[in-house]
Amino acid sequence: MQWEVVIGLEIHTQLATRSKIFSGSSTAFGAEPNTQASLIDLGMPGTLPVLNRRAVEYAVRFAKAIGAELGERSVFARKNYFYPDLPKGYQISQFELPIVGRGQVEIVLEDGSVKTIGVTRAHLEEDAGKSLHEDFHGMTGIDLNRAGTPLLEIVSEPDMRSAKEAVAYARKIHQIVTWLGICDGNMQEGSFRCDANVSVRPLGEEKLGTRTELKNINSFRFLERAIDYEIGRQIDVLEDGGRIVQETRLYDAERDETRSMRSKEEANDYRYFPDPDLLPVVLDEAFIAEATRDMPELPDARRVRFQEQHGLSAYDANVLTATRAQADYYEVVVAVCGDAKLAANWVMGELAGALNKAGRSIEDCPVPAPALGGLLARILDDTISGKIAKQVFEAMWAGEGDADTVIEARGLRQITDSGAIEALVDEVIAANPQQVENYRNADPARRPKMIGFFVGQVMKKSQGKANPQQVNALLREKLGG
Amino acid sequence: MHHKTLAELSAGLAAGEFSSVELTRHFLERIRAHDERLNSFITVTEEQALAQAKAADARRAAGEAGPLTGIPLAHKDIFCTLDVRTSCGSRMLDNFVSPYDATVVERLADAGMVMLGKTNMDEFAMGSSNETSYYGPVRNPWDIERVPGGSSGGSAAAVAARLTPAATGTDTGGSIRQPAALTGITGLKPTYGRCSRWGMIAFASSLDQAGPMARTAEDCALLLSGMAGFDPRDSTSAERPVDDYLAALDRPLDGLKVGLVREFMAQDGLHSGVAAATEAVLDELKRQGAEVVEVSLPHAYLSVPAYYVVAPAECSSNLSRFDGVRFGHRCDDPKDLEDLYKRSRSEGFGAEVKRRILIGAYALSAGYYDAYYLKAQQVRQLIAQDFCAAFEQVDLIVSPTAPDVAFPLGAKTDDPVAMYLQDIYTIAVNLAGLPAISIPAPAADGLPTGFQMIGNHFDEARLLNVAHRIQQATDWHEQAPEGF
Amino acid sequence: MSLSSDDVHKIAHLARLAVSDEEAEALRRDLSNILDLVEQMGAVDTSAIEPMAHPLAMNQRLRPDEVTESDRRDLYLRNAPAAENGLFLVPRVIE
Repeated sequence: MQWEVVIGLEIHTQLATRSKIFSGSSTAFGAEPNTQASLIDLGMPGTLPVLNRRAVEYAVRFAKAIGAELGERSVFARKNYFYPDLPKGYQISQFELPIVGRGQVEIVLEDGSVKTIGVTRAHLEEDAGKSLHEDFHGMTGIDLNRAGTPLLEIVSEPDMRSAKEAVAYARKIHQIVTWLGICDGNMQEGSFRCDANVSVRPLGEEKLGTRTELKNINSFRFLERAIDYEIGRQIDVLEDGGRIVQETRLYDAERDETRSMRSKEEANDYRYFPDPDLLPVVLDEAFIAEATRDMPELPDARRVRFQEQHGLSAYDANVLTATRAQADYYEVVVAVCGDAKLAANWVMGELAGALNKAGRSIEDCPVPAPALGGLLARILDDTISGKIAKQVFEAMWAGEGDADTVIEARGLRQITDSGAIEALVDEVIAANPQQVENYRNADPARRPKMIGFFVGQVMKKSQGKANPQQVNALLREKLGG
Repeated sequence: MHHKTLAELSAGLAAGEFSSVELTRHFLERIRAHDERLNSFITVTEEQALAQAKAADARRAAGEAGPLTGIPLAHKDIFCTLDVRTSCGSRMLDNFVSPYDATVVERLADAGMVMLGKTNMDEFAMGSSNETSYYGPVRNPWDIERVPGGSSGGSAAAVAARLTPAATGTDTGGSIRQPAALTGITGLKPTYGRCSRWGMIAFASSLDQAGPMARTAEDCALLLSGMAGFDPRDSTSAERPVDDYLAALDRPLDGLKVGLVREFMAQDGLHSGVAAATEAVLDELKRQGAEVVEVSLPHAYLSVPAYYVVAPAECSSNLSRFDGVRFGHRCDDPKDLEDLYKRSRSEGFGAEVKRRILIGAYALSAGYYDAYYLKAQQVRQLIAQDFCAAFEQVDLIVSPTAPDVAFPLGAKTDDPVAMYLQDIYTIAVNLAGLPAISIPAPAADGLPTGFQMIGNHFDEARLLNVAHRIQQATDWHEQAPEGF
Repeated sequence: MSLSSDDVHKIAHLARLAVSDEEAEALRRDLSNILDLVEQMGAVDTSAIEPMAHPLAMNQRLRPDEVTESDRRDLYLRNAPAAENGLFLVPRVIE
């Protein structure tokens, strides 16, 4: 049987505020346990929440970025359940009236085609603390530093049909929230966490199959593997005549499999109701204008602009707009050197390779964008060849200075003096009588290929510095025929 | 000294007739002598009180005293007090020493008031007789075989017996007004949002409100001036200036239009002596030039049902934080997490608290939310609309505070529903968020009765004004229980 | 509305309260009586009525995004029934 896969994602993004969503505690990562847990975060009797303005502004920015409806009036609700890392016995979240309504994003698939994925809603909520399972005489330790950190939970429509699409969507959301600066995107520290709802159904069937939820996946690679594993598992179960149980499953990266979480004795009944300690959040025009005043050009718009303005392919434009830092870098290189295509090749080629090899991000690239632009300008004005430019780039990466400094210090300037080149050409012709003889006797159609040998010899003698066009022209003239 | 009102004490301190330390010692001595019979205090903070009194005297000597500086008071044990046990009348918090002060506590301390201690109360403010306290029932100083009302019964009894000149209380469904009525004192429940809820242990967040309890309206005005005001730590705090309650006290009542709630007077179970007392106060209002008419609150009869959904729903969630993990009672040797939760909570909470948590959890649970919780919120709207309509016709709405006088201890403990009906005249006010005051009316069967006046939102100044005018002309509020 | 004792046990579990069978029977009676009281609300048609969650028609105030709290762990841990190394301790949580 042919199966169709249906995937929806719930992504928890930690908003990059200084203080918590309902208290003035710091949200900085990595502090000593419970040193960033205030009376409010600890759920002390008598304490009350007051909403952080920036968290609301960030949600508004996100809504604008995905073309979503903004909840003119949104309401915080309590989600009631007991767990040691949930200090109040309820999580303040949003239920019936979320701040961000229906929106959409576009993902670019591997074949270059574009697919629209619906975002059902996004809502503000507080994060829980952490349970530490190291041994405290058989007890678990509770650290509430993270409790109350603002989250924007972004819920997609079940629009994805493969693990690859799910990853493309997750990357897209990651791109948007980091691009907007509303989330640091750090997956290791838990700033960006994905839950996937996965089901399969016979191709052509309208009714959705029973879904399972894969929880807390903290890398794109694991997301793809977890979903792929789960798809395979579900199909196996169904083809064996079994039934899928609606449940939460955890992905075990070491074993590359998902497994059922210890089943709860009864279904959760969260008893949501409007939080009486908080009032409705009403967004007026002025607030929205203020929140979105410094919104950067968004990745999709920039991608399209790159295609139109710089004549790039959809693929190249997509790669170059993967992050805001990369796109900014690229545009500076173009501005300095003036050649969009050459800049694109270098940023995606040499530069990306070097960054990748060094395990660095473009934000801390040792070669700043203006310096790379300067290097490319030297190719374009024939000071150096593209090949020599790679050597210069390596030297720049190693901290030897800008392109001109390296070229001068290493004497890499291209030889364009025709007298000097002619002398080299004469030397090569004199040293290779047999090859000259062969060349002159050869079929003219084969000669362009044979001339390469002489060019190579001349370039070798010039240590790569002779201008290749001049060398070619002189050789053809002198070898004649 | 203890028969003086707060206003008189303030004048005495200002005139140098006595010091705050002398005053404080006097009341501490009275508590020591009489509270064994009443059980109105859970904790007496003698050392801190004397230190605060000394500081108040020093402040006065430095010429920096305000009207409340140096005057002793007691806080209901629902308010968090730094470094002092804050039990909320519950075993759950018997060992809880608060790491911070409630805003109301902080403000009154900043004004120079001296805290004598923390008063007894129904557990987590859930009760109308002060019999649900883990620390035992409070007794009514007018008859120690009777209840003082609840949940602020300790504050009411302590003020009535002159063990403190004034006290704070909280009112979720009548918890300031009903005990004030049953002990013959004056108690004001301000508009929702007028006093900060920060540091006041939540029972039902959308209904809870702190207020003053004292012997006279003037004293309540003084105390409220110190308690009220915007607090950025409470999202539901009203961002508007506090009126000058004292300046408004003496305004004459000519032309005041007062509406007596028709349905409340026709209520089954209204004690005839209480009804007569209400008439007596109305006569005084008329004598001073007020016009008395009847108003109707057609949905008020549903206030008790709506309240017993809304309040338990909020409380079931508010009390989830008492889980034996970070503070409060923890059972011995929990064998696993579920055991920790269930035993800690079952041991820590008393029967009435458990009943309300269960009712609330039920009303919010899947399949019942619409029928109970949503329905109650809609009924709440209807009740609020009734008041709106009534305030189109009158300035104040009045009724008895409670249907009966203080009842004997144990009389209603086996019947939660009968107990709930104690608050039949007070609960609608909380649902609508309105301010209301209870003042002493003529006694019935030798026991105090209360007269309730309800104002429009933020109309505390008017309530205090009318109450003060009545008290200037009558002596109902001056009656004191014998033996204290 | 009459609750069953099974209902009582279910709600008690949701609320994490331990209830013995005898207690459940007494609670069943009390809660049923309270629900009877509550169900008087059925007498009015509220289908067109906007639910009222707050007594005042106010909107949420927003706080500036500033860190105003400092580390007061020792004070805040003072009431903890069990704590070690700055952590609250609970019986082992099995994931």
